[in-house]
Amino acid sequence: VNIIIVVKMVPDLVEELEIAADGRDLDRAFLKLRLNEFDEHALEEALQLMDRHGGTVTVVALDTGEVDEALFTCLAKGANRAIKVTGDVGPAPGSRATAAALADVVRTLSYDLVLTGVQAADDRDGQVGILLAEALGLPHVSVVSGVEPAGDRAVTVRQEYAGGVMAELEVDLPCVLGVQAARVAPRYAPVSKVRQTMKTARLEERTAPTGLPDAGSTVVRLRKPETGGRAVMLEGAPEEIAERLVAILAEKRLLR
Amino acid sequence: MSRDVYVVVEHLEGKIADITFELLGRARDLARAAGGATVAVVVGHELAGLAGELGAADTVVLCQDAGLARYTPEGHQRALGALLRERAPRVTLVPNTAMGMDLAAGLAAALGWPLVAYCCDVRLDGDRLLATSQIYGGKILAEAEVSGSSAVLSVLAGSFPAEAGRGAGRPAIEPVAAATGPARVRFKRLITPEAGDVDITRAATLVSVGRGIQSKDNIPLVEELAAALGGALAASRPIVDQGWLPKMRQVGKSGLTVKPRLYVAVGISGAPEHLEGMRGAECIVAINTDSNAPIFTVAHYGVTADLFDVLPALTERIKAAR
Repeated sequence: VNIIIVVKMVPDLVEELEIAADGRDLDRAFLKLRLNEFDEHALEEALQLMDRHGGTVTVVALDTGEVDEALFTCLAKGANRAIKVTGDVGPAPGSRATAAALADVVRTLSYDLVLTGVQAADDRDGQVGILLAEALGLPHVSVVSGVEPAGDRAVTVRQEYAGGVMAELEVDLPCVLGVQAARVAPRYAPVSKVRQTMKTARLEERTAPTGLPDAGSTVVRLRKPETGGRAVMLEGAPEEIAERLVAILAEKRLLR
Repeated sequence: MSRDVYVVVEHLEGKIADITFELLGRARDLARAAGGATVAVVVGHELAGLAGELGAADTVVLCQDAGLARYTPEGHQRALGALLRERAPRVTLVPNTAMGMDLAAGLAAALGWPLVAYCCDVRLDGDRLLATSQIYGGKILAEAEVSGSSAVLSVLAGSFPAEAGRGAGRPAIEPVAAATGPARVRFKRLITPEAGDVDITRAATLVSVGRGIQSKDNIPLVEELAAALGGALAASRPIVDQGWLPKMRQVGKSGLTVKPRLYVAVGISGAPEHLEGMRGAECIVAINTDSNAPIFTVAHYGVTADLFDVLPALTERIKAAR
């Protein structure tokens, strides 16, 4: 199977997020970006499939900034090709625009299967994988794990519902799958290996078309949820915190 | 274009998912504001019996075909797409669930309508449709004005009270012929989980561990706290995805919904998918280094500190208190 992995950069949620002065976007001046965590799972699942069944893995990403190192990391982990799609897309194109730009490139490639992360932290106007599938006229299944070939022209996947219930579905190739979790934890590429890859490998470049679709909605304002509005915050040294918490739990008869 | 508000009914094994009623309740408010009707759409096979539970709707559209007996994103999207294209409701509400995700984005793309995902609030202000999304792991709420005369909104579980959608009316039942076509996605079987060693949905006390624990080797620290409290160990999704704990320990959207008396969240930031599974706990204690973590929006008691300092002290204290 020849697999395309679609990946994107998202703000690192471990860092503090600040809202821009106009209130309509994040303050991107000091924003730290990272590869979407679900995309790392999609890549791992693809690499596992390649290890077991052969084929190739091609990574495609829209250049929204800081994408080079992420793509070289994908190559260091074992992907065969990496394609950077450049153009006037800005730091945070919507999912519709992203899907349209990626579809333009994916259409020119030879592939059996497209994998991507099930969702991303900023896909307010929809999940890129599904929108990409619609643009390409392909079937799509989201929230999947355990992708396995079923004959030459199909795969079986498990779609995860609530409560640990799953449906096993058979999907004709080519198709687009939104990966929830790889069968094993995503592999790690040491910095030294990524550096080495940067010296030896190269990123292919394509240009995004102009006139990409908008999200169909306009952000009026961003705000942070009211944190601590409800929580009583306990402060002090660890021992003091422990003492107060135990007193509270005892009073509420939660220590059995 | 119509003024109606449509709700896609989610059901599995003949049972309507709770989120459907949450959506129906809000759909009634929206329909009133829009001057239209509330319409529930059931796609499937031999499901006329479900209509009796959908009394909050003015009309229940039954879109049935033997080929739709089992949910597949392709089959159900095709049937819904044909219906919605013809009806063009003002708003279509879809649950933001594993089933709803494919439907919402797929329908919006196929129909060329706007989609706003991860909605936690939806309202009509005159003709303006406003939708608030929880994005960036629940750290940011984005309020957006939706353009166009029809839109698809996918709504997070727990956003609206289900009671408002459990009305006992007598909706008109409207059977329609379902659009069908070649099945490129085929249902094979339903897999129900094997019971784990512990049933976390029955535990009175849960100590739940998240990404903040950093390494599998540190999980015993949390296990010791759970043992001291006489509770069970649970986890957020990343811990299960890493293979550090089994799936049946996972709390949240793709895991289990729990309502213990005490829920201690250790190193869990509180993404919407996690909050969905535990916000009903009686007493929630959260320990996290990030004071802006969304978990503190639902916690009753919060500790902003390094869990590696607090956990051993807390475990020690609890043991001493017995």
